[in-house]
Amino acid sequence: MQEYIKKAYDNIGLPRLIIAGFFLLVLLSAVPLGLNIATLLGDTLRRWAMYGILVLAMVPAIQCGIGPNFGISLGIVSGLLGAAISIELEIANPWLAIGVAMLVGTAIAIVLGILYGMLLNNVKGSEMTVSTYVGFSVIAFMNIMWLSLPFTNGDLIWPIGQVGMRNTISLSNTFGGLLNETLSFTIGQEGKGLFVPTGLILFFFLVCVIVWLFMRSKTGIALSAAGSSPAFTRSSGINVNKMRIIGTAFSTALGAIGIITYAQSYGFLQLYNAPLWMGFHCVAAVLIGGATTKKASISNVIIGTFLFQGLLAVALPVINQVLPESNLPDVIRLIISNGIILYALSKTKGDK
Amino acid sequence: MSTHFLLNMKNISKEYDGNQVLKNVNLQVKPGEIHALIGENGAGKSTLMNILFGMPVIHSTGGFEGTVEINGEQVFIDSPQKAIDYGIGMVHQEFMLIPGFTVTENIKIGREISKPSLLSHLFGKGMETLDFEQMARDARKALSDIGLNIEEYIQVAGLPVGYMQFIEIAREIDKTGIKLLVFDEPTAVLTESEAERLLEIMKVIASKGIAIIFITHRLSEVKNYADSITILRDGEVVTHKDIKDISIIEIAELMIGRKVEKLVDLAEDTRTLSDSDIALSLKNFHVDMPGERVRGVDLDIRKGEIFGIGGLAGQGKLGIPNGIMGLYKAEGTVEIFGKKLDLSKLGSALANGIAFVSEDRRGVGLLLDESIELNIVFSAMQIKDEFLYHLGPVKLLNQKQVRQHALKMIDLLDIRCTGPTQKVGSLSGGNQQKVCLARALTMNPEILIVSEPTRGIDIGAKKLVLEYLAKLNREQGMTIIIVSSELVELRSLCDRIAIVSGGKVSAIVKPDAPDAEIGLAMAAG
Ligand SMILES: Nc1ncnc2c1ncn2[C@@H]1O[C@H](COP(=O)(O)OP(=O)(O)OP(=O)(O)O)[C@@H](O)[C@H]1O
Ligand SMILES: [Mg+2]
Repeated sequence: MQEYIKKAYDNIGLPRLIIAGFFLLVLLSAVPLGLNIATLLGDTLRRWAMYGILVLAMVPAIQCGIGPNFGISLGIVSGLLGAAISIELEIANPWLAIGVAMLVGTAIAIVLGILYGMLLNNVKGSEMTVSTYVGFSVIAFMNIMWLSLPFTNGDLIWPIGQVGMRNTISLSNTFGGLLNETLSFTIGQEGKGLFVPTGLILFFFLVCVIVWLFMRSKTGIALSAAGSSPAFTRSSGINVNKMRIIGTAFSTALGAIGIITYAQSYGFLQLYNAPLWMGFHCVAAVLIGGATTKKASISNVIIGTFLFQGLLAVALPVINQVLPESNLPDVIRLIISNGIILYALSKTKGDK
Repeated sequence: MSTHFLLNMKNISKEYDGNQVLKNVNLQVKPGEIHALIGENGAGKSTLMNILFGMPVIHSTGGFEGTVEINGEQVFIDSPQKAIDYGIGMVHQEFMLIPGFTVTENIKIGREISKPSLLSHLFGKGMETLDFEQMARDARKALSDIGLNIEEYIQVAGLPVGYMQFIEIAREIDKTGIKLLVFDEPTAVLTESEAERLLEIMKVIASKGIAIIFITHRLSEVKNYADSITILRDGEVVTHKDIKDISIIEIAELMIGRKVEKLVDLAEDTRTLSDSDIALSLKNFHVDMPGERVRGVDLDIRKGEIFGIGGLAGQGKLGIPNGIMGLYKAEGTVEIFGKKLDLSKLGSALANGIAFVSEDRRGVGLLLDESIELNIVFSAMQIKDEFLYHLGPVKLLNQKQVRQHALKMIDLLDIRCTGPTQKVGSLSGGNQQKVCLARALTMNPEILIVSEPTRGIDIGAKKLVLEYLAKLNREQGMTIIIVSSELVELRSLCDRIAIVSGGKVSAIVKPDAPDAEIGLAMAAG
């Protein structure tokens, strides 16, 4: 028995136990503050599944050796473009609309991801710096593009002047909430109970399974080998650079699908600087889940996203309640996410 | 009064994840003696030394039980730095050099020499400048002491394994204030003559009063150079004796628990080798492998032959297989059964039925973070599409088949492990070597090239491996090329042995050629 507990403890790891404990503590402290626990839990569940795929995008990137993909913004803008194009086409059927958005987004992401992978192959050893830089620059570049792309649909562009896209684009006419509402149900009283976005969760799991299968495919295994030992991989006749490009492109494509999933749940597309820090949150989540900069698994994603987003979902309302009318929540969010990244990065350097 | 011991390790026990690898082990070493630590693969030799040296792997896995005394005083060593402070030096089984650093930097790391500068007068010792010249001089001296001919300013990355071994040793020799030196299989990648030179150096060091603990699987070295011996079996001490009271045969018996006779018993030979049936042909073959350059080799290896390649470290014997496999830039012609290889294309040798076991097992031979089973099937899966489910264009790992095959290989090669899912990085050195072999054998190649196949393998397992190679050759007609620094091994198995010197083949000899002839060929060029 003791053996068993020790094993389980070793597998989960101290940091995750601490964070899980903290999560429960904050959740309990919400009760005397008069917050609705069911809503908080529902929020946790929704954020978990809506961010999940974006975090999942870290797995092929880390496994193929480019490290945490701070440049996931590249996939995010691809997804946003795909969604915008789908709206522009005014597809009536929401399922078709989200399908087109994902297909177009993925296609753009794969092209960009291949180029990005080629770039990263030329800067081996400093991938994290370069990917952070790419992540920021693509957002800056798109800030210009969003202003000048020739979209005409009234949902997309500012009503005045007829040029430039809106900051936030409502999805209520197309696929907003589509996955969330599918097969959804509420535990307890409607409106006050625990809302379970079944479709969203199922979709998240489906993509998890696809990634899991990919990582067990011939290509996926070669890709992981390329990440952990280039010399070994080469000696088996595998082109390491090609594997890194595949991993990067796959990660970018998941970014595109991830942001569309996120947007449908949120109900809006957010352009311009909105996705600026998303990459950091994704990295933080997967590292919390127990991944290192060299190794990441699907379970790291599932656990990490739950803890990270759960903590934010619960902690922010609590802080709001304790210190109303301050911008502390935002500061706390920054501290949590950046602190975790620092902590995790310092950890990975040390262990060997 | 009892004898004075420099090192006294008492009742040492250690477990990894509930797997007891050391049980109440005692080890006593006197000043100025060479103490041999002997045991099978996985007996716990490296683990015992890692405890002595305070390696992080010990303390991150729950520490150990027992006490360590140095000069009669109990000490707690929980980091390598502490071990160094107590005057302990260690040459690890798996090299611990920093690839991006030069030879000098690797030798001097942590013990840089500085000289006063303008700033240091003002701000103290931290601001002194490094005395590169002095450091380079020291490095030169340490290198020439052990007879290694290499520029001290080149980078360690990409050097052949034999060099790395010497650099590690130079680093330890250069240290001052050393009381105890540990050598974990320092001679595994060296030829007899190189090993002898190293052992002579060890004798000189010991005569200065420094104690030496020496791990090896070459028992003749033990008999000729050690003063006393401790034998481990399955994590327990079976004997502790003066070397004069024990014979090589007794050592071997105590260590593996049964008798070993000849190195190999060859199966009956029914092959007919023909000079017109050539498996592998090299013409004017050049390889640009740093430290192991090949400068124009012509060789014809017959189908069904076991062909040996020997020679001193740095002469190019390792360059030949690495060039054929496309791991280093090569020129010239390589023909496999008459078909020309495209040397510029990675993996073309593999695709044409050649498998290779690299001498650099941690760098090239293994995925240390992955399971034994994945390591074993990796190449066959990637190159021959085996161990996969084929669902249209999708190829998924067939876990069941992988497991079955891995279990078979573990049994066949006697890989000592907790199971097929154990991480390769946590196996003992010799067992890692067996996993490398298993991976190549899984390819079921027409031509098998093995480089230092028995590096770090104990005598029992060595017999097993060599006999298995012979069996593949005799029964399946597999052509086998063995590159090895161990002449005995080459002699026991090969039909012909090429001696490489100065990047060229200086002679091709029969396995029973006299030592003098081979020695001459090795020194030629
Ligand atoms: N980090 C580790 N985690 C788990 N088990 C380990 C680890 N390191 C070693 N072991 C196990 O401890 C046992 C002893 O290993 P050790 O490396 O001490 O053997 P050794 O005597 O040096 O063998 P060799 O001659 O092959 O080098 C082996 O069974 C090995 O699998
Ligand atoms: Mg060992």
